[in-house]
This record gives sequence, structure tokens and C-alpha cells, in this order.
Amino acid sequence: MRTSRAERAANYLILCAFAVFALFPILTIVVAALGPDDSGSGTPSASVAGVHVGNFAQAWQIGHFGTYLRTSLTVSVLVVAVSLVLSILSGFAFGTMRFRGSTVLFYLFLLGIMMPSEAIVVPLYFDLRSIGLTNTLWAIALPQIAQSVAFGTFWMRAYFRSSSRAIVEAARLDGASNRRILWQVLVPLARPAIVTLTVLTFMWTWNEFLIPLVMVTDESLRTAPLGLAFFQGQYTQGFTLLAAGAVIVALPVVALYLFLQRHFIAGMLEGAVRE
Amino acid sequence: MTVERAGRPRRGGGPPGEPRRVGYLYLLPAFLVYAAFLLYPLVRSVQLSFYRWDGLTLGTWVGLDNYLEVVQDQGLRAAFAHALVLMVFYALVPLVVGLGLASILNRAKVRGLGFFRTVVFLPQVVAMVVVAVAWRRIYAPDGTLNSLLSAVGLGSLTRGWLGDYTLALPAVGFIGTWFETGLVTVLLLAGMGRISGELYEAARLDGAGPVREFLTVTLPSVRGEIAVALTLTVIAALRTFDLVYVTTRGGPGNSTSVPSYEVYHRAFELGQVGSAAAIGVCLTVIIFVISFAITRVGDRETT
Repeated sequence: MRTSRAERAANYLILCAFAVFALFPILTIVVAALGPDDSGSGTPSASVAGVHVGNFAQAWQIGHFGTYLRTSLTVSVLVVAVSLVLSILSGFAFGTMRFRGSTVLFYLFLLGIMMPSEAIVVPLYFDLRSIGLTNTLWAIALPQIAQSVAFGTFWMRAYFRSSSRAIVEAARLDGASNRRILWQVLVPLARPAIVTLTVLTFMWTWNEFLIPLVMVTDESLRTAPLGLAFFQGQYTQGFTLLAAGAVIVALPVVALYLFLQRHFIAGMLEGAVRE
Repeated sequence: MTVERAGRPRRGGGPPGEPRRVGYLYLLPAFLVYAAFLLYPLVRSVQLSFYRWDGLTLGTWVGLDNYLEVVQDQGLRAAFAHALVLMVFYALVPLVVGLGLASILNRAKVRGLGFFRTVVFLPQVVAMVVVAVAWRRIYAPDGTLNSLLSAVGLGSLTRGWLGDYTLALPAVGFIGTWFETGLVTVLLLAGMGRISGELYEAARLDGAGPVREFLTVTLPSVRGEIAVALTLTVIAALRTFDLVYVTTRGGPGNSTSVPSYEVYHRAFELGQVGSAAAIGVCLTVIIFVISFAITRVGDRETT
């Protein structure tokens, strides 16, 4: 397409302006986290070439982010691993087999993709409390496993349906069992789809706020975003350590995004129905 | 779809092979977890919404009172009205800006598009709590926005943005605009990238300028993407919880309270569990209706 030089320049200008707008709040935090501590505590944090990396150590210590990250990591790994296996199994059933009621059942799963956490968190809390499960990792993980299974089933079904018909038919003619077809033929081929599902589930779990907020009161069970929210409420001596904490909380997902951004973007656009 | 409906053998449509009972077995584990932790709570939510219950003592059956309250209670009506305002900021503004940006970028094949995409999509992967911490800083009385205003001689406009009764809601909404615009732009860009160049050639041969080209070629071709973008952003607006919880807690007064926040506030801070459940059920119904409606409209207009 032919475009004039002036138009091109204007386009780049718009592009840059918008990129700056998108980055600005994130940079606010990063810059504050790397700057000198503004809390006036008197102990200057360690700095390397003007960059105060010591802020992170201080935030880590004062804000207990080590504990929060450990909880978040445990919950995320649990949710990702369990929901992935369950989704592969159910996606395989929906995608490659015919059985009575499969359409109705599938719509039932679709319902879960749209269902907001707000609708389930109230009864979940009181029911889990009555069986003594609140204030445990399970109370945070199980509801999120259910949500992730809804999306994962939808995601894996779409994949198995679109790409593996001929393979499945050939393998069945060869007399391969269902279990073999799934784990030795389809799953290795589905690696890109599985990676996408893994990073999306990890991101959603890591960033989830409402469920851990409601389910746990024990400080040692707070997830990273929850810990940050409480830290912001309690620590009012300045912004530097809060910003450092925010960077710590955001970093794992952002780092993963920078490496696997194709999976993030494609997954969120194709799996658009969930959010 | 039409092929299947016409009753032809399912060579192309459904899954291959004859009916298999073993399918249920593969489905079972996922279904159990899903039923126990999503379906059952949803049913319980509906049940709880017919009671007045403080979460501790015995509840009393009140029929539809909690739903009547959603319609009649001033505070709750305000919360739903705030959600409508947020929809403008979360859905409408990003859609308009995104359409503009994407069509400009699509028209001129600029370099560095991949980098641009990575950058504008970044807000989507940052935890909302972190986003809220950043914007609280920007909106603070001694924050970035006020310094910026003072620096350009608009010092008279400075204020504590999130503490202002009339401006707190738009301020929160604007965070939503910032959050969603990148997603919408990337989504529309992907759609526009699929439009065949011949359509533009034809439009140009007819003497269409950039505006007519946009209206007659670009816009109709991305109706599906617009539907998806609207569904995502409208639902995001309705589900705003973390952002309000961290930035304003519904205040000042109740000027930024939203339905999601009311669910939490009533169930776990005020002890009005039935009312909270009713709001949650309403929210769910609204989300289902909106996503079905938008998808239907989008489908009909593309085919």
C-alpha cells in the first residue's frame, strides 16, 4: 500500500504515543522501585550504579513476599497440573468420541467459562467453612481448578477436534487403544496447545484475587497479589518498598510473557470467551 | 453447521467413530471437580439468595425480597449504574480508540508492529493489584498526574483524584480504558490482517477515500472481532473487583461501589449473605445474557 512520508511519520508518532501510554504506569512502578528509598528510615538501601537493588531485599523482608510467593507458586503449580490432566482427558472425550448427552454436557462446561467468581464464592466460603477447609491451600486451589477445567476442556476439545481427526481414525484402524492414542499420539502433537493452556492457567491463577481474599485469613497462606494488597494497606511510610513489592508480584508472569508472548496473545484472543 | 443440520452423514462434522461409552470415563474426573466447585456452588447461591442470613445463626426464608432489594435499594441501584458507567470506559472508549489505531496501523504497514503489540498487550498480564498500586500512585494528591498538571500550568486542576466524589468513578474507569485498549487493538489488528487486499483495491477503484474505505470494507469485515472485544470488555467491566477493592474500596461514600464489590462487602463485611448471593446471581444472569446477545448479533451480521 502506498502511503506518503508525512502519513508514515504521523503513524509512528501515534504508535509511540500509545506505547508510552501503555507502559507509563508500569514504568512508574519500576522507576520508583529502583530509586532511593523515600520512607525516611535512615538506612540507605544498597545500590549498584545508582540503582537501588537493595529495595527488593528490604521489601522482601518487611513485606514477607517470600512467604506469599511460595503460596502462589504452590497454588499455581497445583492448579495448572491438576486442571491440565483433567482437561486433556475431558477434551479428548469431547473431541474424539461420540456419546449420548455429549452436547449438553459440553454446554454445561461452557457455562463455567462465563461464570463469574462472584457468583460462587459466597456459598463456597460458607460450605467449605462448615467442613473445615477454609484457611487451607485447597480452598484456594480447588475452585480455581474447577474454573480452569471449564476453560481447559473447551480449549483441548477445540484442539483435538480441529487437528486430529485423520490421525485418530488411522490409529483406531491400527487397533490402538484410546489410552495409547491419547498419551502417545495426540498429546505429543498437541504440545503448542498445551503450552498455551499452561501459561494462561498459570497467569489466571497467579493473578487471582477474590478467591484467596475470601478463603484464607492466615497470613502465611496469602498469595502474592493478596499479600501486596495488605502490604499497601499497612505500609504507609513511602512508595519505594510498595513499588518494589509490586514488581516482585508482577515479575513471574511478565517474565513468562516476554518469553512466550505468542502463546499469551494467541491464547487470550482465541480463548476469548472465558474472561 | 448447515451440513449437519441437513442430516447428512457426519463425515465432516462430529467426532469420528461409533458411540463410545468410555467417553464418560474420560470425562468423569473433570466433571466431578467442575460440578463440586462450580455447578453446586451456583445452585447453592440461588438457594441462599432466597434467605436472610448473617452467616452464623439460622437463616430465614424471605422469598424474592433480596431480588426486590436489588431493584429498589438506592445503594445497589447506584452500584449497577456505576457498572454501566464503567462499561463506557472499559468497552466503548477502547473500541473506538482501538478501531482508529488498528485501521491506521493496518493501512500503513509500519515496521516494529510486533514490538508494539507486545507493549500494548502487556497490561493484560500484569496482576490487577499491581495495576491498582501503580494508578493509586498516579492519582495520589502528591502523585504523578498532579505533578504533571502543575508542570504545564494547570495547577488549579490538581486534586486527590480517587477521593473526589464526582471524579473517582471516571478515574477508576480510565484505568479500565488503559487496561483494555491494548487488548482490543491487538484483537482488531488480527481481524484486519485477514481482510483480503483485493477488497481495498476494489474500493479504491471506486474512488473511496480512507474514511469510506474504513466504513465499507474494514468495519464490516471485523464485526466478529468487534463482538468478541465487546463481550470481553463488557464482562470485565461487570467483574471489576480487585481494582475497586485496592483503589477506593467503593468510596468516597459509595461513589465507586460496583456489583462485584457489593457481593464481597455484603457477604463478608456486613453479614448480609442472602443479599450478596442475590447480587451474584443477578450478575451471572446479566453476564450470560450480554455475552449471548453480543455473540448472536455478531454472528448474524457476519453471515
